[in-house]
Amino acid sequence: MIATPHVDWFAISTMIVLLGASFVALLSAVLVPRAWRRNVASTVAALGFLGGIVTSVWIYVDTPDAHRVIANSFYRDRWTALAQVVLCGIGFVTTLISVDHIPGRRRGADPSRRDDHIAEFFALLLAATAGMTFIVGAANLMGLFLSLEWFSIALYIMCAIDYDLEGSLEAGLKYLIVGSFGSASLLFGSALVYGATNQIGFLEIAEQVAKLGLSHDVLLVLGLAMIISGLAFKASAAPFHMWTPDVYEGAPTPVTAFMSAATKVAALFLAVRVLNIAFGQERYLWSWAFAGIAVASLAIGNLGALGQRNVKRMLAYSSVAQAGFMLIGLSTGTALGARGLAYYLVAYSAAAFGSFAVVAARERELGEPVTLDNLAGFGWERPFLGVAMWFFVFSFAGLPVGGGFIAKFLVFSAAYGHGWTWLVIVGVVFTLVSLYYYLAIVRAMYMRPAAEQELRLVAVAGGSPARETLLHGAVGIALVVSVGTLFAVPPLLRIIEHAVSAL
Amino acid sequence: MNWSSVTTVLICLPLGAAVAIWILPLSRFATGSLAVLVSLVEVALWIEQAARFDYGASGLQNAQQTPWIKELNVSYHVGEYGFSLFLVGLTVVAMAAAISYGFWVGRDRPRAYFGLMLFLTGVTVGVFVAQDLLLFYAFFEAMLIPLYVLIGVWGGAGRLGATLKLLLYTMAGSLLMLAAIVVYGLKYGTFDLVTGPTSASRWLFLGFMFAFLIKAPLFPFHGWLPDSYREAPAEVTAVLSGVIAKAGTYGMLRIAITKFPEPTSYYRTTILALAAASLIYGSVLAFRSPDFRGVVLYSSMAASGLIALGLFSGTNLGYDGAVLQMVAHGLISVSLFLIAGTIERRTTSDQFAFLGGMARGRPALATLLMATGVISLAVPGSAAFAGEFLILGGAYQRAWWWAVLGATGIVLAAMYMLRLISAVLHEARGSMVGDEAMDLRPGELALIVPLVGVLLALSLWPAGISSHSFAGDRPTKAVQEQFK
Repeated sequence: MIATPHVDWFAISTMIVLLGASFVALLSAVLVPRAWRRNVASTVAALGFLGGIVTSVWIYVDTPDAHRVIANSFYRDRWTALAQVVLCGIGFVTTLISVDHIPGRRRGADPSRRDDHIAEFFALLLAATAGMTFIVGAANLMGLFLSLEWFSIALYIMCAIDYDLEGSLEAGLKYLIVGSFGSASLLFGSALVYGATNQIGFLEIAEQVAKLGLSHDVLLVLGLAMIISGLAFKASAAPFHMWTPDVYEGAPTPVTAFMSAATKVAALFLAVRVLNIAFGQERYLWSWAFAGIAVASLAIGNLGALGQRNVKRMLAYSSVAQAGFMLIGLSTGTALGARGLAYYLVAYSAAAFGSFAVVAARERELGEPVTLDNLAGFGWERPFLGVAMWFFVFSFAGLPVGGGFIAKFLVFSAAYGHGWTWLVIVGVVFTLVSLYYYLAIVRAMYMRPAAEQELRLVAVAGGSPARETLLHGAVGIALVVSVGTLFAVPPLLRIIEHAVSAL
Repeated sequence: MNWSSVTTVLICLPLGAAVAIWILPLSRFATGSLAVLVSLVEVALWIEQAARFDYGASGLQNAQQTPWIKELNVSYHVGEYGFSLFLVGLTVVAMAAAISYGFWVGRDRPRAYFGLMLFLTGVTVGVFVAQDLLLFYAFFEAMLIPLYVLIGVWGGAGRLGATLKLLLYTMAGSLLMLAAIVVYGLKYGTFDLVTGPTSASRWLFLGFMFAFLIKAPLFPFHGWLPDSYREAPAEVTAVLSGVIAKAGTYGMLRIAITKFPEPTSYYRTTILALAAASLIYGSVLAFRSPDFRGVVLYSSMAASGLIALGLFSGTNLGYDGAVLQMVAHGLISVSLFLIAGTIERRTTSDQFAFLGGMARGRPALATLLMATGVISLAVPGSAAFAGEFLILGGAYQRAWWWAVLGATGIVLAAMYMLRLISAVLHEARGSMVGDEAMDLRPGELALIVPLVGVLLALSLWPAGISSHSFAGDRPTKAVQEQFK
């Protein structure tokens, strides 16, 4: 008889709900006729994500004091719950845009293969989100690695789901190879840390380090460095960002929207926990490391985005740059920094998801990749999507129309509070650089008439643009969050404060 | 009704109306009428507020405060002092004129256009009443967004370059200001402008001043000015030079000078020199300009120089004169740019080479341009004269040569303004001035006559502003005590 630990089922209820929905979606691939499959699978996914939001909100409310559950392998606390709410929210809006925008209905596709793998797509989306909701609560290196692989593998397939398209396959393969490198680095780092401390639990690692005075042990520091690089891979921070532009460009746009928002949330919420709990005594080392990574991301992301014409690629570089701003908050290692990071992630997720969703809409009506040139006139043709995009890019740029403004202010405050005025200056300078390419999007949408470009809109030919209620709804949610984070600062900060105090 | 909430209403009413216009599918006429109506309600609310204002009392009036980011002591804190009340008045009047002009001209895409103009109204009022540094910054930045689109969509042929320059220049300044705000707020534990302490940090002072110098703009930070002012639609240029530029000089008074007394006196000579340089260089450029807008835009730069000269003279006369000049010049440049717009609509050009002889058969246009021009060149008895006289007096108290430099600028002003008047109204008839270029229509008169009327009223009673801007009419004391 094997002794089983006591299981707090409620603590892992979000994952259970998501995985359950994933299984149902997967079953629908076999049991539901092709004609209904898309609707059934997407409804299941949407309900699953809503259920996930409900359970994680419940956990948040019901967990005033943080503790570890299930043989000390998972954190039940508000930090986890907050991240889970955000992740399930991203999953929900991704479902909304995927209904119409994941291929299967693409022109010219073989009719017999239509919607062949749509149920699998939603099952993978749910599974990936489940993995992410697990990683943000991981309490030891084992859980960390397993859940990282769990959501990564789901993402590899999602990137390549549009296998008729060369770019999609290429994106999946590239992500698989480069991502495996990141995972391997993380795994090797974990092994080194285990070798140094003989422990895998985050808390136990810290205790062991304190007991044996290991904080400058070569194995441990090397392991920490490799864990940092593995996490930076997932957060697409420079210099570990090489995969980002290619994968974001090649993957189906709803997948890009999901990845750009959710992967960062998962990786960075986890990073805050693992660094502060397991490696609190090496704070001096990793805060400088992350300051360096932040500066590199700001420089490479912003300068890389300047020359891009392809909007998805530009937004990919912008997500590298945004990672730089977030890491400013992380690198301070203070509570204010963590709050700023969490705030930034919420505001960023809304803007990142929303901007890719708008790109998806344009891509569908053009039938080709969206560039700054063929974006011309879009703002006037599709007023709601145009205005929403306007808010998203200005929120990215930190202008006071979106939560990005407050978020930037918080991370800059944290950097100054940490005594790093130079980092504030670096951030400010790159904010200015970023304006150039964010404005290029607004300029393309509103200030260049479409007539000059002789655009042929495939979907619009002879009619009005597609009425994409679900996509509009998803963009509307992103817009509300994006603008709401500018005004509803006190309540949101209180929620984040409770979450941070759980660490 | 609690009248202190009117300040918030002045901000939120146009913002709400903007959102309504964007959402509701109104017709062109309904959209324009709604926008004009809201802008007139703003003026009425402001008059009500001005009538109730206690000009003798010190301290903030019509104030409201609600926490925003509690742990960093950031709050939504608005309120008015005498001088900010007058700048709010300038804003609502100028915006009402500009919006009505846009309605009269019939701008394309009316819902987007009027929404943006109303949005601009709200946030510009916000700049002048914000009493929290972060809130001030938010409004200061938010002004740029509608301006960017207004110029970029409705502007002239070179609009894309102009918008880029405008945004990159002004954002460079304001991001430095953001860094300064973060440092100030965390160093002193509050972002509040009323309770915040004074600081001796020269770096912070420079961070703020940089933003204001670009916004005003003073030499040598005026690189964005010619492009934006020439490419923007006439009424947007009017707002830019009449109101937005005043946000720069207002910031100098409210933040730079008040919160940083030691750095102000340390850099006083430098800034006075920049101010004098802007005044004289701007005037020379205005004299050399080949076009109507060129003259007025460089004269705005000269006016900013003059205002800064008054502010940084640090004397009672200088402060009083600077506030009066901000309002007077704001009204003058709004009127002049609107007149420029009406002329461009008739002749499709504002190049002096193609203009001339417009006085013949166009008495209303000639009279209004003449009246505004004469007030603008500070003929004795005009509002601008009163402002400039006070500023020169203040500058003289600082040192006599500042007054000499200032007076030189005023002589130049007479030269370029008379050149403008004669190039447009007199001389031989220009090649673009055809018979179809009619006199001002009643609609246009209804816009410009009230503006000139306000200017004439101010000329009759400049003390209405100059002796009511600061508590007890003792500006230096008020600035020293931070208006408490």
